[in-house]
Amino acid sequence: MKKEFEVISQIIQNNKRVLDIGCGDGSLMEYLKINQKNDVRGLEPQKNLVQKCISKGLSVIEGDAEKELIQFPKKSFDYVVLSQTLQAFFDPEEVLNQLLRIGKQTIVSIPNFGYWKVRLHLLFKGTMPITKNLPNEWYNTPNLHMCTIQDFVNFCNKKNIKIDKSMCLTNEKISEITNRNMGYKNIFSQLGIFLIQ
Amino acid sequence: MNSETKNIKKLIIDQSLELDCGKTIKDFPLAYETYGTLNKNKNNAILAFHALTGDQFCTNINPITKREGWWTTAVGPGKAIDTNKYFVICANVLGGCMGSYGPKEINPATNKLFATTFPVITIRDMVKAQKYLIDYLGIKKLLAVTGGSMGGMQVLQFVSLYPDKAHAAIPIACSASHSAQNIALNELGRQAIMADPNWKNENSTPDKGLAVARMAAHITYLSKKGLQEKFGRKLQDKGSLKFSFDADFQIESYLRYQGATFVDRFDANSYLYITRAMDYFDLEKQFKGNLSSAFNNTKSKFCVISFSSDWLYPTAENKEIVIALNTCGANVGFVEINSDKGHDSFLLDVPEFLKTVSEFLNSIYNEINNEKRI
Repeated sequence: MKKEFEVISQIIQNNKRVLDIGCGDGSLMEYLKINQKNDVRGLEPQKNLVQKCISKGLSVIEGDAEKELIQFPKKSFDYVVLSQTLQAFFDPEEVLNQLLRIGKQTIVSIPNFGYWKVRLHLLFKGTMPITKNLPNEWYNTPNLHMCTIQDFVNFCNKKNIKIDKSMCLTNEKISEITNRNMGYKNIFSQLGIFLIQ
Repeated sequence: MNSETKNIKKLIIDQSLELDCGKTIKDFPLAYETYGTLNKNKNNAILAFHALTGDQFCTNINPITKREGWWTTAVGPGKAIDTNKYFVICANVLGGCMGSYGPKEINPATNKLFATTFPVITIRDMVKAQKYLIDYLGIKKLLAVTGGSMGGMQVLQFVSLYPDKAHAAIPIACSASHSAQNIALNELGRQAIMADPNWKNENSTPDKGLAVARMAAHITYLSKKGLQEKFGRKLQDKGSLKFSFDADFQIESYLRYQGATFVDRFDANSYLYITRAMDYFDLEKQFKGNLSSAFNNTKSKFCVISFSSDWLYPTAENKEIVIALNTCGANVGFVEINSDKGHDSFLLDVPEFLKTVSEFLNSIYNEINNEKRI
């Protein structure tokens, strides 16, 4: 399992209800179900991945988060997970509002556009950054709304979203983000992982 | 009481069943068939519900019609619903014409066919009757209930009536309440039958009317693209148009054939009664306009399946079911299968569909047998 999912699964307590948005082939769901006895559901837009999940016995619904989240009742899950997808929505703010409505707590991870390699790429090459986490060209990237760790924290503050936990990931290493190290983490982290409500 | 005549197994249900129309019936026959073996723990049974023109012979050669069973693609040894592993039960619905209590049976009170004196039945009546069969077979909890089209409606009705009687439910290409378009199409079929001068003629059958009903319905089971690809404007006899009303086009000839063969195996009055039952089906209304309360207490795990080219029971209608299930926190998965074969996809060899059913059932089977923890 990838490191990011390890971090996310550690945040999630056992025996809780979890909704995984964009659950892919269900590897996080499977881990949570088996090892943490979580009651897990998933939402995934790609048919072949949905079929993969169903064949593993995972309850996954085929659908697009921007259209489907509205059907889930308020606070119907203990955790809603959105891994590295927020930036790909047409309306990330609305998606985030839905996540906060459905979940008692929400876990969001974002690829950090403030990572130093990204900054240097744009600064020196003068072209849109391509890194391990952002492998696409500007014309075929699914990412419509890139942001940095700082941007996301600013956004939460502005919208009165409470951040319960903020972690970051660099080369498989996990560390905590605090007010004091924020500037540093915003340069040296590839990924930000937040527990919000 | 169980009896078998002319290859048709019948359970005579000696309990009384109050139909939705208000009438109570008792000592009525329910024709059924089973495939595979019920295991010692009686936890490998799957109840398959048939659609409008199906019957209890879901696989192998139907001993009455001598044709392949309606779900031979899915049910059988090594198939998606594997009869080496599962015990598959299929019953002819109330109102049907393959041995169950229906308009083609003799009314003991008059010694004549019931025909149109048969009571109007509903999907709920059909499901309640089949529950007696499950009890008779000594099955406390089914592994799964499944079916497509009207079979899917019975799945929804079953889990709603009996929230803890099936580990899994697979409603396929169906709807929780029959749409205006579907009622209209059924009415077209019924009117074709009733317009036939032989309808209600004791010495004859309205074959022409029933054939037309079948032809019209058959179009709705296919997709525009599927029809175009299969038939296009191809002519029946090579050469040119005949400037007549014979079957010039292959599609005409195909439909005529479908109509003509259908009347040999199906009863026109059964067609009236069963289409009526479909039209009356409105699970949402049964629960005062709130579909999700139909599933409030359900313990079943759902896998809802629709097909991309199905315009009779489109994905949107199947999704209504998913939304209702989500609203009450039920355990539900959903996938729309890509297929250009229209509504009929669930009866045909559509590998992605069959694979989904097979693997979902397998995961449920493993889950309850604790062979694997997921």
